Amino acid sequence: MTIQNRESFLDNLAENLGRSRRTEGVERPEWSVRPQWEVFKGATQDELVDVLEKQCKVIHTDFRKTSAAGLDKVLRETIDHYEGKAIIAADDERNSEYQLDSLYQQLDAKGLEVRIWDAVKGKENQVFAERADVGITFSDVTLAESGTVTLFNNKGNGRSISLLPKTYIAIIPKSSIVPRITQAAKHIHEANQQGHEVSSCVSFITGPSNSADIEMNLIVGVHGPIKVTYIVVEDK
Amino acid sequence: MSIRIGTNSFEQRIQEGIKNDFMRGAVSSAQGRFRSGRLKAAEELGNWEDWRTLGEEIRNHTMENLDYYLQQLSDQVSKRGGNVFFAETAEEANEYIQNVIKNKNGKKVVKSKSMVTEEIGLNKALEEAGSEVVETDLGEWILQLDEDPPSHIVTPALHKNKEQIRETFAAKKGYDKTDKPEELALFAREQLRKDFLSADIGITGCNFAVAESGAVTLVTNEGNARLVTSLPDTQISVMGMERLVPTWEDLEVLVSLLTRSAVGQKLTSYVTSLTGTRLEDEVDGPEEFHLVIVDNGRSKILGTEFQSALHCIRCAACINACPVYRHVGGHSYGSIYPGPIGAVLTPLLDGYEDHKELPYASTLCAACTEACPVKIPLHEHLIRHRQIIVEKENKAPKGEKLAMKGFAKWGSSPAAYKMSTKMARTALKPWTKDEKIENGPGPMKGWTNVRDFPAPSKQSFRSWYKTRKKGDES
Repeated sequence: MTIQNRESFLDNLAENLGRSRRTEGVERPEWSVRPQWEVFKGATQDELVDVLEKQCKVIHTDFRKTSAAGLDKVLRETIDHYEGKAIIAADDERNSEYQLDSLYQQLDAKGLEVRIWDAVKGKENQVFAERADVGITFSDVTLAESGTVTLFNNKGNGRSISLLPKTYIAIIPKSSIVPRITQAAKHIHEANQQGHEVSSCVSFITGPSNSADIEMNLIVGVHGPIKVTYIVVEDK
Repeated sequence: MSIRIGTNSFEQRIQEGIKNDFMRGAVSSAQGRFRSGRLKAAEELGNWEDWRTLGEEIRNHTMENLDYYLQQLSDQVSKRGGNVFFAETAEEANEYIQNVIKNKNGKKVVKSKSMVTEEIGLNKALEEAGSEVVETDLGEWILQLDEDPPSHIVTPALHKNKEQIRETFAAKKGYDKTDKPEELALFAREQLRKDFLSADIGITGCNFAVAESGAVTLVTNEGNARLVTSLPDTQISVMGMERLVPTWEDLEVLVSLLTRSAVGQKLTSYVTSLTGTRLEDEVDGPEEFHLVIVDNGRSKILGTEFQSALHCIRCAACINACPVYRHVGGHSYGSIYPGPIGAVLTPLLDGYEDHKELPYASTLCAACTEACPVKIPLHEHLIRHRQIIVEKENKAPKGEKLAMKGFAKWGSSPAAYKMSTKMARTALKPWTKDEKIENGPGPMKGWTNVRDFPAPSKQSFRSWYKTRKKGDES
């Protein structure tokens, strides 16, 4: 792909910095402090679940906790609560691992419209997501401190699922919970160094969309989902 | 629009700001909330000073090696199917973007909030080229409908109340509901959803690009930036050339500093890192991606004593801490970058000539420097600006020149000084009420229009000093 005007632009920067162009050999120094690694240092997985639960209150997000066997029931209840009629879920290998495939089939048979994201169908996915009332994905990395689910969006997990429907449900495997964004960033940094392509979209999602643009009043629910539930599930 | 807003003089803008009671109330309550949010978020971390030090070190290293990291960034973006254009001027950036849209035969552009596109006047350039441009951030949309410039870099429509917003929606979009913020927001959601679905071009700014992988990171709350980058087939991101970090590890530190300092949130609802075009078989995201890296005067700051002004991460913590901003509001600065950072940056980017008053719009109390999450010595930059304005540019504001001239004369004559301190109380007596002056004469008027001035004491400091006995504390 094209890169235009680069050399003269960067030459000018180097000149203003009073030296010749640096094109290699720049190393990041050891920073003098590392406060980011102190947050919830040494916390157990259960303690992190508690931190996440508490943070959910701050970010206007409903929090549920369940065993793998109970996930079916909690997910049904949440969909009912959101009066979900049209549902879009990510195409994720964890769907079969947690027996969600059969749940989705049952809901479909009961008259709900349930679609699993299907890359082959192209833009149809977006059109359906736009009229769906519930979007469902798994969380890839969950950040306890901020109450954030991280999605590495890909061909099975379209960006629209967690964005276009009015409500969003994130299923959080307990093992995916880390103290804060520091651990997620380190993971991506290391994967990148090892030559793995970073996902075209990494979404850090913290509760429902909101705005304080009108007289500084917090309005929950603007362009993205208006309501969000996190379901923490014990690993299989 | 460019970096400058309006054509009124500094004094006229200040007068308008001070007379606008709603705006002043809104600003002071917003400042209070932003400030307590920031302090609470900082307190929760416990070691906030370490975080600031880390932020400063990362910004410093990045700026010292800006050419290296911009090269790495552009290589990575290109590898991931994106085009990169380096624009030295606003005109170059606008022309490139116009051409991209023309080549795609684009009609409708949806935009998420971006200060740099305000700075280069992109909307006007695109409209002149025949595109329909829709701002999708709630605050920006309100301002666009009303053709009003932003007054704050985080909440741009801070100076408007909900009744004014209701009226705007009614007049421009046929809105017929109440002025409840939730209803207004829901209306915006419904209206703008249609625009998202029908747009062919999405334009964003960039909070931080990541050099090592070519990601453009957007920090938002409303979700509009995700829509802008998920639905249209072409995405253009515009970044100020200093808005990047070396690696993801540095990204998370600066994002943490930004969200806490800007709004007191641990993270905003959405932090979205986008790399190049959508991959094979992906449905969402652009099939064509352009990154426009803008200089527009920034490189002149590199290598100067003002270099750290480029460390700014646009959190507005300095604006929210500033007692002058509190009273005069954002529009008074006559720049899209208001407050202390605006007073430092605007003359650097746009010259002293039209902005020579800005470094004086400060009490030098240093609340800004203390609030800055990357430790930019803002008040020191303001003092240095004043020095340059007086010494090199000879452009000190007229009032200050006169006052200094008068003071020099008056201060150099002990007799005149003694006389005037003695006379002050008597001379001001006609305006004095309960030891306060509420409606002062001449040069005092500017002050007493908006607040009282204490009446001069019965006894001057000199006469008190002379007559006091040794050891007498009274």
